[in-house]
Formats: sequence, C-alpha cells, structure tokens
Amino acid sequence: MSRQTDELTALSALDASRRLGTGELDPGDLFDAYRERAAADELNAFTWVADAAPPETAAGTPLGGVPLAVKDLFCTKGVPSQAGSRILEGYRPPYTATVVDRLAAAGAPLLGKTNQDEFAMGSSNENSAFGPVLNPWDHSRVPGGSSGGSAAAVAAGLAPWALGTDTGGSIRQPAALCGIVGLKPTYGAVSRYGMIAFASSLDQAGPLTRDVSDAALLFRHMVGDRDCCDSTSVAYPAQVDLPTASRLDGIRLGVPAELAGDGIEPGVLAAFEATLELARSLGASVETCRLPHAPHALSAYYVIAPAECSSNLARFDGVRFGLRAPESTDLISMYTRTRHDGFGGEVKRRIMLGTYALSSGYYDAYYGRAQRVRTKIADDFRAVFGDFDFVVTPTSPTVAFELGAKTGDPLSMYLNDFCTVPMSLAGIPAISIPNGLARPPAGGDELPTGFQIAGPAFSENRILDAAHALERELGFDSTRVRP
Amino acid sequence: MIDREDVLHVARLARLELTEAEVMQMTGELGKVLEHIARIGELDLDGVPPTSHVVELGNALRPDVPRPSLDPEAALASAPAVADGGFAVPSPQA
Repeated sequence: MSRQTDELTALSALDASRRLGTGELDPGDLFDAYRERAAADELNAFTWVADAAPPETAAGTPLGGVPLAVKDLFCTKGVPSQAGSRILEGYRPPYTATVVDRLAAAGAPLLGKTNQDEFAMGSSNENSAFGPVLNPWDHSRVPGGSSGGSAAAVAAGLAPWALGTDTGGSIRQPAALCGIVGLKPTYGAVSRYGMIAFASSLDQAGPLTRDVSDAALLFRHMVGDRDCCDSTSVAYPAQVDLPTASRLDGIRLGVPAELAGDGIEPGVLAAFEATLELARSLGASVETCRLPHAPHALSAYYVIAPAECSSNLARFDGVRFGLRAPESTDLISMYTRTRHDGFGGEVKRRIMLGTYALSSGYYDAYYGRAQRVRTKIADDFRAVFGDFDFVVTPTSPTVAFELGAKTGDPLSMYLNDFCTVPMSLAGIPAISIPNGLARPPAGGDELPTGFQIAGPAFSENRILDAAHALERELGFDSTRVRP
Repeated sequence: MIDREDVLHVARLARLELTEAEVMQMTGELGKVLEHIARIGELDLDGVPPTSHVVELGNALRPDVPRPSLDPEAALASAPAVADGGFAVPSPQA
C-alpha cells in the first residue's frame, strides 16, 4: 500500500469532499486509493468491489466524488445484490435503490457492496452465505450485525463511509462493536425503494461513518422529498446541518432504568457511566427516566419482525429470479426445495416464527398483541420526551464477542438487541458514537463500546449536535485499526 | 409450547421444506423463542390501539398517470427459465 493511498484514505469524508471541491484532490485518485484498500480486504467486509472509478464525473456535485460502500441488500443496477443470501447469489437487479441513486447524484459513487447477515437478520454477521465478517479490532471476534461489512469497512479505513440498514439495531450495534458512528434515522425519513425488505415497518437506511460530521453530511444527501416509489416515505422537514456544538448546556439526558443496568457487561456499563459524567461536565443534566414497556420490546420485536419477514420473503420462490432448485418435478416442491436450499438457518427460523405468529388462531395472541405493545412503547418515549431532550443508553450490552460464541443459541443472540429495539419499534432516530474501550468479561484486549442517543421523530439535527459535542470531549482513538 | 405437528403445518404454510433433523432442531429452538415472546401475554393491553405504522400517513398515492414500466427483456433477464415471453415453471401437477 503506497504512502499516497495511506494519506488519501486518512481523510474524513468531509475533508475529502472539501478538497475535491477546491480541486486540490482528484476524484479518480481518491477512488483508486479506496479500491486498492477494498481489494486487499482481509475482513471479508466486501462481496463486490468496483474494478474501476466510475466514468461519470462528480464535478459540480455537493460531495465531489467521495466513494461509498453500500450494504449488499440495496439494489444496484447490473451489480450483484445478494442480501447475504444463497437464494440471491449472483442476482443483478434491473434498477437501483432510490437512496443509492440520490447519493451517487450528490457525488458519492459506488465503491463496493458490503457483506451482511442474510436478509439483515442477525447481530454478528455470522449468518451470511458468503462467510462471516471479522472485527478489525480483533479478527477472532464479530463486527456485529447485520451491517457488519459496512461497519468493518469504515472502521478499518477500507471505505470513507458506508450505507447500512437498521431494523432492530443493525446499524447501531455494529457501529458500537467496531468503534465508529452509526445513525438510524426517523422511520420514513429515507426511501426504502430498492432496499431488499426484511421488516417493512422497521427497516431504515442510514450512515456508518468515522465521525459525527461525516454522518450528518451523508444523511443530508439521503433525505429530501418524499419518494413516490415508497409510500412509507416522508419529506424531511428540515435542512440537515453539519453539527457545531461543543457544549451540552441545558440539555436534559434521560437514562432509562430498564436499559442501563441489568444484562449489560460491567466494562460497557463503566464506559457508559463515564460518558454520563463527561456529559455533566459539558453542562447536561442527567437523570433516571422510565420506559415501563421497554422490557417487553424484544418480545414484541421478535413477533413483528419475523411476521413481516415471512411475508416479504415469500417472493423468493425460484420463479422470477435467484436460485431455483434443479430438477423440480412440480411447482410446490420447486418452491419448498428452492427455499430449503437457498435460505440459511436464521432466515428459516424467522420465517417459521413469523408464519406461526400470523397463522389462523394465533394472529391476535401474537401479532395483534405485539402491535399494541408497540403503541405502549411509542407512548413511553413520547412521555419521556416531555421532560427530557434525549434518552441515552449503552448501544450494545456487550463488546464484540468471539465468532461462534452465540451461534448455538438463537435466543442469546436476540438478547444483544434489547437496548436498540425499543427505538426501532417507536420509529424514532438514534445514533451510536464510540465512547471508550472495555475488556470482555473473559479477559483479553480492550474493545470499543458505544453510547446511544435517541431523540423524538425528526430530531436528527439536535442528536447530531449533542453527539458532536460529546465526541469532541471523548477523543476516541481508533488509530489501532485505522492508522 | 410448539410440537412437531405445528412445525410441519407452519412449514407447509411457509412453503419451506425441512429435513427431519431441521424439524427436530426447529421444534426446540422455536419453542424457546416462543416462551420468551409469551411475555407480551402478561401485559394489560385492553383498549390500546395497535400500531401498524409509526408515521401518520394517509392515502400516500402517486398521480394516476401512466408511464413506461420495466422492459420485458429486463424483467426476464434474471429468470431461471423462460418460455413464450414468460417465466417457465414446472406444472403444479394438480
């Protein structure tokens, strides 16, 4: 790797876009530097890398040509889009996702597609049909999931920034485990057109970046008018600013008793409490708040998400695209065998759970009840935001765990999501920023921890400002993995 | 909580073939998860309306104006089998 590659890839996306704008940096050089990095990927973060810089010039665009890594489940015309699944191996869509198009038009061309848990189902990136992704901080550990490839790529400097998706925590948790920034926007803020769907009422695209300013910059170009191709999208009601805050004077932070105590590793909790002290020193007030239905959020989520996925994944049947089981003699066995051969274990499990929860006789007891729990959770947040500006929690209850540590017990894997799922159910925005290092309980090198800041719908500007102030004061050092 | 017959029934609904080993594993795993999920049965939710969509949106339609659709060649480009300009599939053998 040349010194020039090192220098170019050391720039933040914001810095790079400024230098591209003045002409002191050439977009082709920047793209090639990242291509070189991505092609030498030892983390299995990428499933596809562009073999050349894009022919279209990014001159005159707001971002000027800062390459973007894109999670594999975003449809990219003519480029493999496999959602981490054997059932879509080699699939090249006939169209591109709205958000990817918007970002390319803004000057963030496609660098590569990143590895992920299959159909976005997982918290460790061990459910990919294309192999697990490794955590840059420790190659024997997971990067988190489902946007593990995007998180690892950004953390290791293989891409300046990346797109991921978050359904129950799949941007925030890998960001925390890899020591980077991840933002889950307000539901509806970003078009889902062209995102291979997992759970339609929860999925949201969002940025994974090295710092908060880069997250704001990428987010600014992801939102805009409502997309007529996505009836669940809304026009973003404000201009997204680059954050400037260095203090938190007057900011009231609420720490939910239900999400910041039991079940959190001691090292993660210690880092969280240290950040709360830091927030106080910046002028914030920190008090306990209550989210009484948060303990039921995980249960509600593991009814709603599988139910919605069982419907969304019905289209993978071997008829129009993707894998078809060979030598099928009749239509039904073609469906059942294709789906048997093409889906991994976790996906099958969730399809089964979802189908059960929606089936006759069980719909009211499961899906119907879960939707009511969802209302209560959204109400809990609304009540808290009457007295507090933000709710803060550790992002993940653990630091990165070892590959294989939780694959034998699906339920233990699901429990990783308990801090992030309530925000997904309520549809509110939340960011994770790296706030320190902690040793895993069984010992070993220190690993990143994440601090989650959640706010009311469409409060991203305020969240980004608060995150920026904290980030400056925290001074998190990632030079161990991204020199 | 869930038995083998339930698993086979649900697999049929989901058009999912499972090996015998998968059926056994699935029965155990699903049972454990369903036990955890059953917690939502503890709550008093009388009179609480369900939330199907967190954003308040009504009649989110686009203008009823015809426009070009996907070119048939592009639509068939990823098809495992094509016949007469359509997706060829085995007969249902009904």
